[in-house]
Amino acid sequence: MIAIPSIPGFLTEPNGPIGKPVSRVDGRKKVTGNAHYAAEFTLPDLAHGCIVSSAIARGRITRIDTAAALALPGVIHVFTHENRPSLAWFDRKWKDDDAPKGAPFRPLYDAEIHHALQPVALVVADSFELARYAARLVHIEYEAAPHQTDLRANRANSFTPGKDKGGFQPPPKPRGDPEQAFLASPVRVDAEFTQAAEYHNPMEMHATTVLHHDDGTLTVHDKTQGVQNCHTYICNVFGLAKSAVRVMSPFVGGAFGSGLRPQHQLFMAMLAATQLKRSIRVELSRPQMFSFGHRPETIQRVALGADRDGTLRALIHEAVQESSRNENYVEIVVNWSGQQYACDNVRLDYTLSRLDVHTPLDQRAPGAATGVPALEIAMDELACKLGMDPLDLRLKNYAETDPNTGNPFSSKELRACFRHGAERFGWAKRSPAPRSMRDGRELIGWGMAAGVWDAMQGQAAAKAVLGVDGKLVVSSATADIGTGTYTVMTQIAADVLGLPIEEVTFCLGDSSLPAAPVEGGSWTVSTVGSAVKAVCDRVRSQLIALAGKLENSPLKGVAEEDMVFADSHLIVRNDRSRRLSITEVMRGSGTLSIEEEARALPYLLARARHTFATHSAVFVEVRVDEDLGTVRVARVVSAIAAGRIINPKTARSQIQGAVVWGIGMGLEEEAFTDHRLGRVMNHDYAEYHVPVNADVPEIDVLFVEEHDDMVNALGAKGVGEIGIVGVPAAIANAIHHATGVRVRDFPITLDKVLAGLR
Amino acid sequence: MRSFTYSRAGSAAEAVGRAAAGTAFVAGGTNLLDLMKADVLRPEGLVDISRLPLDRIEETAEGGLRLGALARNADTAYDERVQTRYPMLSKAILAGASAQLRNMATNGGNLLQRTRCYYFYDTATPCNKRQPGSGCGAIGGVNRIHAILGASDQCIAVHPSDLCVALAALEAVVRVTGPDGERSIPFAELHRLPGDRPEIDTVLRPGDLVTAIDLPARGFAEHSTYLKIRDRASYAFALVSVAAGLEMDGDTVRDARLALGGVAHKPWRDPEAEAALIGKPATPDRFRAAARVLLRDAKGHEHNSFKIELAERAIVRALTEAAERKGASRP
Repeated sequence: MIAIPSIPGFLTEPNGPIGKPVSRVDGRKKVTGNAHYAAEFTLPDLAHGCIVSSAIARGRITRIDTAAALALPGVIHVFTHENRPSLAWFDRKWKDDDAPKGAPFRPLYDAEIHHALQPVALVVADSFELARYAARLVHIEYEAAPHQTDLRANRANSFTPGKDKGGFQPPPKPRGDPEQAFLASPVRVDAEFTQAAEYHNPMEMHATTVLHHDDGTLTVHDKTQGVQNCHTYICNVFGLAKSAVRVMSPFVGGAFGSGLRPQHQLFMAMLAATQLKRSIRVELSRPQMFSFGHRPETIQRVALGADRDGTLRALIHEAVQESSRNENYVEIVVNWSGQQYACDNVRLDYTLSRLDVHTPLDQRAPGAATGVPALEIAMDELACKLGMDPLDLRLKNYAETDPNTGNPFSSKELRACFRHGAERFGWAKRSPAPRSMRDGRELIGWGMAAGVWDAMQGQAAAKAVLGVDGKLVVSSATADIGTGTYTVMTQIAADVLGLPIEEVTFCLGDSSLPAAPVEGGSWTVSTVGSAVKAVCDRVRSQLIALAGKLENSPLKGVAEEDMVFADSHLIVRNDRSRRLSITEVMRGSGTLSIEEEARALPYLLARARHTFATHSAVFVEVRVDEDLGTVRVARVVSAIAAGRIINPKTARSQIQGAVVWGIGMGLEEEAFTDHRLGRVMNHDYAEYHVPVNADVPEIDVLFVEEHDDMVNALGAKGVGEIGIVGVPAAIANAIHHATGVRVRDFPITLDKVLAGLR
Repeated sequence: MRSFTYSRAGSAAEAVGRAAAGTAFVAGGTNLLDLMKADVLRPEGLVDISRLPLDRIEETAEGGLRLGALARNADTAYDERVQTRYPMLSKAILAGASAQLRNMATNGGNLLQRTRCYYFYDTATPCNKRQPGSGCGAIGGVNRIHAILGASDQCIAVHPSDLCVALAALEAVVRVTGPDGERSIPFAELHRLPGDRPEIDTVLRPGDLVTAIDLPARGFAEHSTYLKIRDRASYAFALVSVAAGLEMDGDTVRDARLALGGVAHKPWRDPEAEAALIGKPATPDRFRAAARVLLRDAKGHEHNSFKIELAERAIVRALTEAAERKGASRP
């Protein structure tokens, strides 16, 4: 079901491109190999860098011997902390837009080792193969110091962080008397949940190619979700003039948050390019993709108390997460629990434990993807204890307003998600008792969960240039990490000006373009889309003004609101025979091009008084082998409420991809750390398991109708994260329904199921 | 990558002649090249044998099949004679790796692939198999995928092959040509246990070239299966796998073959476990009893103890399926 709500006064034409399943405008480039990624740019004299990673987790380097590496013909230089140039000194110079509170990691800064796989040297050579070989000849001696990487062993040693990272508020103060209410509740659930550390592992590994031009300026092709974030960072760190560097990232082969902060390959490539004054590429290896940012390991407790009719009386959610020694990475985890259900007695606690690891990093639905599943499993456990349908329990405690703030939601069609999702799935036919459905040796389980994610908006600017030929170019320094930004922005611009998709080009991934924040948190449609609409609205107004001034204009005296734009024409709404083409208006007025720039801000007043969120209901069928404990996800229905869906095709892809990852979170993904070595051991695609095609069933995505005229001028909320949030819990709940085995530790590998089947 | 010499052998004899110490044969390269890039293996020279005429699958005089060492895994699995007469083998091959890898990988190379132990791959960590005397990282470390049978205090790595598990159950014979001429090695004797020399995987001597794998006439086609249990549905190594072949006389087991993968340094067979099946009715209880015989010395580590119970259940399931199966089934 694709239902696009109508927002009066927005759509210029009901048949415009917004809401249409437009194919990716960059699709042809991608499938023909003409989309170029960071490691694909080159110049004839390109040098290649290979990073040497630390063999220990904590301590210091006592000696580096680079002689053997440098002796190889073709090896140009080896950078280490001993020979690095002077770099920025103040922490603020090393900060970036996504940096949490603390002192950002500085590559090659000194002899100290803070985490395993820390970059400790950069070997530069004529070829990649040579650089990689020479990197192995760099002899490093360490003095190891004791390290701590085990969250479980260090959970007691945690502290409460503050508002240490943008986008994340500390938990609200407790409301009511949660401890007393819990003890007084006739039906109670109190359980501990764990989430393993996960690495982003986009297909494209992080890479930077710096092209050093004859005039000394640099073009930096970087894998990033924020070209301007990286631009500012490298200018600050290396003391460069802003005009001397341009950062480009027109195509990104997946990022999932890993490109929100400048990563060390960017630093390394810049170091070498500026010192050697030549072009260079530095690309991380797959194991080195485990050397920075990850979804942090988490231990949680959820306690729920309820009356016998299912009314929630108490809700307690505590989480402890790992962060590094140098920064307070926070993703709060627990706040959505206070928002999702109506409950008068709530306590939400969030603490951090410092470990000798690199700083964690936002990963698809950071916080919510970890915290909401714990809550949603606890709700399932409560439903079992109550003898109540899990869906009915959620409806019973449905939050009509945001219990954390008391504010209304700008829109919340979660009830419609439940209804349409359940209907599509056939939830009503579920036999409630665990182990009551089977097919031969397979136990069948049906589980469900709700999901929630914030509908954020930042500030962005966009530029539009309309040519006399009727072709429009719109630009903003945002990113398309595979999400469909190119396509969606093209649709918005085409819609406002009534142009065919083919006449509109959207440019992004270039630091010289109008300002846009990092692309993440599902806020790009809202943030950049609003700027695109704003700038196209200005072009539109200009065209109307020009049209009104033309001699013998059929549009003379027509008010703006009575005009529609369609088929590259300005048309009088109530008399469609009165029309002029955009080209006619521009030619007639002697206008070669119309250039506009605009900046869009969130509706701050509305945002102060409302809660903005996307919601989902996920229904999953699993098949569990009754003897072997192997779990297969057989089907998934995901019903999403995310405001207006600009492009149902790319939006569906986002949800499907997120569900696939949810299957990975639920069943497979886990970084195994050897705590004696402080090192992740399964650092490759063979042993760090993400879902393969054979793991992925039919995924049925529904977008329910949701009208929202407060969220932004588009009525759209963004769908990058919401698709993953409920999935692991729905799988866990389905496994319980199939087998009677309750697993609270993600990922649910077969050994955990087997332990319960005994 | 470290520099190495490369030469292409025109004949098996030439290949053997060139196999000096420090050289390696390369055919499909699906494992060797990865290990070289990871700096785990550092051969000084590669002798390319991929164009030798060892890629055929032929009938043997004894009524079996000879699988050329250079026949691709995929071609072997989809060979009609293999599918009909040795369905267990076909199924085992197709349970391994990915379609792309099976298209490249050869049968000979499959026998000689190295363990997937994390510590073997990470040169910053100790591993007796990679660097003798450096210690075993997996003992006391991350050992979810490691051995429960036949391990030593020097090494608890497992052999990762699926194909080999079926070959062990079928009692294949490995044909080798080497500096001392040709010889045949019963499959059970090809791979060795780690003991105190975990760096040595097989009984092959320097210069030995695997030329073929002979399958005996008996393929257990009517009552056999290959069951692989892993953490995802494809492209994952076995936590436990079972190759099972039965000859049935009504409901009674007349003969039995049972080999386990993912649990030891080599495909694990135990004549006593098979003897516990022969002449007995094909019931889950009997199967479980045989499984317990096979697993009687199994020992788990911190993360892999579940494999013992899993293996028992997998054996019961595989034998049950094999007993039920009537006629050769295509995988």
